[in-house]
Parts: sequence; C-alpha cells; structure tokens
Amino acid sequence: MIGPQELAFLGQGLMWTLALTAIGFTGGILFGFLVALARVSPIRWISALAAGWIALFQGTPLLMQLFVVYFGLPLLGLAPPAWGAVAVALTAHASAFLGEIWRGAIQAVPKGQSEAAHALGLDYRARMRDVILPQAMRLSLPATIGFLVQLLKGTSLAAIVGFIELTRAGQIVSNQTFRPLLVFGIVGLVYFALCWPLSLWGRRIESRLAAATAR
Amino acid sequence: MAGTDDILIRMEQVEKYYGEFHALRNVNLHVRRGEKIVLCGPSGSGKSTLIRCINHLEPIRSGRIVVDGTELTDNPQAIDTIRREVGMVFQQFNLFPHMTVLENCMLAPMRVRKVSRADAEATARKFLDRVRIGNQAEKYPAQLSGGQQQRVAIARALCMEPIAMLFDEPTSALDPEMVKEVLDTMIGLANDGMTMICVTHEMGFARQVADRVIFMADGQIVEENEPEAFFRNPRHERTRAFLGEILAHH
Amino acid sequence: MVQLDFGVVLERWPELAWGTLGTIWLALAGMTLALVIGIAGVAVLRGKSRIGHAIVRTFVEVIRNTPFLVQIFFIFFALPLAGIRLNPTATAILALGLNGGAYAVEIIRGGVDAIPQGQTEAGLALGLRPSEVFRFIIIKPALRSIYPSLVSQFIMLTLTTSIATSISAYELTSVAQRIDGDTFRTFEVYFTITVIYLGISWLMMLMFAAIARRAFAYPTR
Ligand SMILES: Nc1ncnc2c1ncn2[C@@H]1O[C@H](COP(=O)(O)OP(=O)(O)OP(=O)(O)O)[C@@H](O)[C@H]1O
Ligand SMILES: [Mg+2]
Repeated sequence: MIGPQELAFLGQGLMWTLALTAIGFTGGILFGFLVALARVSPIRWISALAAGWIALFQGTPLLMQLFVVYFGLPLLGLAPPAWGAVAVALTAHASAFLGEIWRGAIQAVPKGQSEAAHALGLDYRARMRDVILPQAMRLSLPATIGFLVQLLKGTSLAAIVGFIELTRAGQIVSNQTFRPLLVFGIVGLVYFALCWPLSLWGRRIESRLAAATAR
Repeated sequence: MAGTDDILIRMEQVEKYYGEFHALRNVNLHVRRGEKIVLCGPSGSGKSTLIRCINHLEPIRSGRIVVDGTELTDNPQAIDTIRREVGMVFQQFNLFPHMTVLENCMLAPMRVRKVSRADAEATARKFLDRVRIGNQAEKYPAQLSGGQQQRVAIARALCMEPIAMLFDEPTSALDPEMVKEVLDTMIGLANDGMTMICVTHEMGFARQVADRVIFMADGQIVEENEPEAFFRNPRHERTRAFLGEILAHH
Repeated sequence: MVQLDFGVVLERWPELAWGTLGTIWLALAGMTLALVIGIAGVAVLRGKSRIGHAIVRTFVEVIRNTPFLVQIFFIFFALPLAGIRLNPTATAILALGLNGGAYAVEIIRGGVDAIPQGQTEAGLALGLRPSEVFRFIIIKPALRSIYPSLVSQFIMLTLTTSIATSISAYELTSVAQRIDGDTFRTFEVYFTITVIYLGISWLMMLMFAAIARRAFAYPTR
C-alpha cells in the first residue's frame, strides 16, 4: 500500500524536482540573457556562435544533453555531485531555449523604437538597456512562462540517468508497491498541480498583451 | 407544391435579433419567379442580414421564410435544400485559395449534388466561359484580379444551377475599373431570367435590370417601387436623403 | 585526461543504423497519429457537443501539463490492465501520438481560427455541410498558416522519441544503452548518438520543407 513512508519519499523527490527546476531556470535566465544578446549582436561571429548553441540544443533530445553532460563532466576532470551535473545540463538547455525566445522578442520590438533611440543619441548599451529590453521582456513573458513549464516537466528526465527526483521516486515506489497506476497517477497529478497554474497564468498574460496591442 | 407557386421567395413578418440588437423588424417580402430586386439603404440598415436569412446563414427569431415551397426551419434538411437551390455572391468573393478556379467551381456540384467529376468539369467550364474567364480555369484565385475573382464566384454559384441568386454588394470591394465587367455579367444573368436579389448601390444597374427597388433603414423595409418611380419621386424623407447622398457620390 | 575511444562505438554501426531507423519510424508514426488527433480534436471543438468540448479540453490540459515520461509509464502500465496488449514500440507510438496530438490541437485550432469567416459562409451557401466545410475548405489553408509551429512541434516529438527507451521501445537511445552496457564507453556512445539525433532533426526539416512545397504550392497574396 501507499503509506506515509512512500508519500514522504515522493515528497522528497518533489523537493528535488523543484530544486532542479529553480536552479535550471535561474541559470537559464542568466546565460539565456547572454545568448540572446549574442544572438542579436551586430558582430557576425558572436551571433553565429549563439545561433549554433541554440541549434545544438533545439536539435537534440534533452535526454542526450543530460547524458552527455552527466558522463562528460567527469572526463574533463570535474566531479560534481549528480544534482550538479543535472543542473549544469538543464541550465545549458534553458539558456538556449530562453535565448531563442528572447531573441524573437527583441526582434519583435518595432524597428522605430531603436531608430528613435538612435536619433536621441543613445549608444548601443543604452538603447538595449533602456528602450529595447524592457519592451522585449514584456513581450516574451508568456513564452518564458511556457518554457518554465517545459523545464519543470523536463527535470523528470533526470530519472533516466538515475537521479531521484519526483518521477524516479515514483518509479521506485511503484516497483515496491506494485501499484504503478496509482503511483504514476499521483505523480502526474503533482506535476499537473504545479504546471497548470503556470500555464493559465501565461495564457492570461498573453491575452492581456494581445488586447493591449490590438488597441 | 414545389415549383408551382409563382412566388419563389416569401418572407413574412420576419424578426431577427443579434443578441439584444433588433436587426430586422417585421420584414415582408415576396419575390416572384424571374424577378430582379435591388436592395439599398444606409450602412447598418440590415440589407446583408436580410439576404443572409434567406439561406439561413443567419437564423431568425420569428416569422416565416419559404423558398420554392420549402419552409426554412431549423430542420437541417430544409436548410440543405434551400442552400442547394439558392446561390450567393459575397462582397469579398470568398473563393477558396487552395483550389484552382476550376476546382472552386467543381467542389459543390460533386459533394452536394453528387455529380460525376467529368460532368462537374463540363458544367464548370460552361459557366466559366459564360462569365468570360474560361481561359483562367487552371489558375489559383490569388493570381486573378478582383473583377475576375468575382466573376469566378458568380460562375461557382451558377454551377449548382440555382433557382435564385443573392448578391451582397458584389462590386463594393472592386477597383472602379473592374466594376463594369462584374455588372455586365450580372446583367447577362438577369437577361437570362434568373431570379435575383442584389444588395448594391449601383443605381445604373438598378435602373437597367431591377423590377423593384427596395429601400431599407433601421431593419425595416421603408419603401419599394419600380426603379423609375423610385428614383424620380421617392416618397419617404429618408429615401430622399439617402438617394441624395448616393447620387452625389456618383 | 581520459583517452576517448570512438572506435568501439562506431564498429557497432549496424545496430546504430537500425536504431536510427527505429527512431525515425517512431517519429513518423507518432507524428501521423498526432496530426490525426490534432485535426479530430479541433473538429470536435468546432462541433456543438458540450461533452466533446470538455473531453478535448481536459485531454489537452492534462497532457500539456504533465511530463511525457510519466505519461508513457502510465500508458505502459494502464494498457495491460485494460486488456490491451501492445509491444513497447507500439505503446511508445501511442504515447507519442497522444502527447503530440494535444499540442497539435492547440496549434491547429489557432490556424483554423485565423481563416476568415467568409470561407465558411461561402461553403455553407454552396450547400456543404459544416463537416464538409471543415474538411474541404478550412483545414488545408489552416494547416498552411500554422505550418512552422507544427513543424517545430513535430521536431520536438522526434527528439522526444528518445524517452521511449524507458519502456525499452526499439530506437536509438535504447540501442545506445545496450552498446554502453557492453563497452562502458558511455560518453562516446551518447556523444555519437547526439550527433545522429542532430542529423535526424535536420532530415526531418528537409522532409517538412519538401512536403510544404508539394502540399502548399498554391499562391497567396
Ligand atoms: N454578427 C453580428 N453580431 C451583432 N450585430 C451584427 C452582426 N451582424 C450585423 N450586425 C448588426 O446588425 C445591423 C445590420 O447589419 P447588416 O450587415 O445587415 O447591415 P448592412 O445594411 O448590410 O450594412 P452595410 O451597408 O454596412 O453592409 C448593423 O447594425 C450591424 O452592426
Ligand atoms: Mg452589408
């Protein structure tokens, strides 16, 4: 049966799921910001490098990214704890996706804005920081929240490399109790309870933005 | 009784609402077989609503609509019958962009009338020739001018061999130099004896082909008359004001 | 520094090739099912059935807000209890199709909503039934208008096939795990198939571009 002990174990897994999501998302925001800036950089090779980074992570399975980082870091002489390796992989993954989302948003800011800022004599840094980026952040909020949901779900793949987060905890409990449907039902429900409000929030912001631009 | 009545389209005490908004008020209209009617009136007066009720693109609140002996109810079969028999041409042409001109004309005969592909194609080519666009049959709508597209739309409706045609401002979306080719097509159709209800502000067309001109305002039929009398001495103040405006523009 | 040895991995190339084909098969079958589910779901959403709406909406929300890995486990264990015996590969295709289908519903609905009302009215006025209007008039231009989003989603689906290794479906990642178990060249194995996955996504892009050239050749303004 599923008793308090099993539930506590699942709860522990949930904590790791939340922690991995938080680390990956925070890291992704920091590095993704750099990726986005690099991607829209007027300097060719920088923008090409960022494009390659994005294409690499969007063209390969997240599971492979986890595997390669997880087993690759030790080869570089680094020996992070398991959660550290997973966090590095999730951060790199998130940086590419968020970088691409924000590139789109930066380029969606009307050209006139940049030209007007230019005409005011603002330099590149000031144009970006004071004019373009604030608008781009607003535009990209729904997609950013959408990616947070993706990332939260994506942490489940750490289960396949053996890291005990929520899904792996579910697998273990399921193997012990022989109640796979009940266990995965509970696990699914927990993910749903986390993701659904985020999805709704993202959709609300999106329709509010659409209404604002329609006006 | 179908086919024996001299009155092809009957609207009796029709009331139409959009939510709270009262769009048609006590509309009574009888259209005889072969009759041509021009419907005019200021924007928002309910002209489009009226003709869209006839083929049930808009449901009515109360009253009766009978087309060729078939009473229009919520019964899907009655709706199917009437839509099969009544053609409609829209202001925005509404050709299907992913089909060639020929395919646009063959779709409904094949799917609705279950005509064979060969027969549908023969009919389509006949009507495309008739609207003088037979040589464009293999093109896609986006490759045609507005006037050509509207003529295709007319041919597409004719391919169903309808007993009546409804036109909703068929020339309003056209560049001025293309209006004539579409009006000429409609005049040809009128001369062939088609029963027609045309929403249009082309008063020359009304003079030339209409048996009756109907003026609407605020969802009501305000005035109707033969074209000469209608234009020469409109009885209602609103008609006079409207005609003054229209004629000043032309 | 560790010595890398790709030789022992690459000499297993016949297995890698079969795994690649397995992945492509999972992806193509999953996409087809997803497209069918997506179109059917949108058709239901356009219909009048309240229950139909509720089922599709719930399906879409549940799938989009839970991880694929949990979904595939759930289906894997649920099917036998429902008396349905499918091999792991068929189970994976079902899971991929359901997952991709939920996203496809959302994407295709956006495309259908963008088709002008006049297209529907013209179809109805010609005597077509609403279902025929959807099938012959609406769906193709709708798919065209959202094609890029659908393609991204299907590339995602292709990459998601790797998760099917968790129920031992036959595809590239499960082949990799077997080779890893034999050679202990873990990094080399996964690096190699990562490159293969990159090639597969690239191939899929080419395929989708070719499909678009054939299916959506008609000009628009
Ligand atoms: N779908 C709808 N929902 C709500 N109101 C509508 C709808 N369609 C039309 N109306 C309203 O009904 C009235 C009549 O509209 P209708 O389109 O029949 O006018 P019209 O005489 O054809 O005008 P126009 O010359 O501009 O085409 C208008 O006030 C319009 O705003
Ligand atoms: Mg109108």
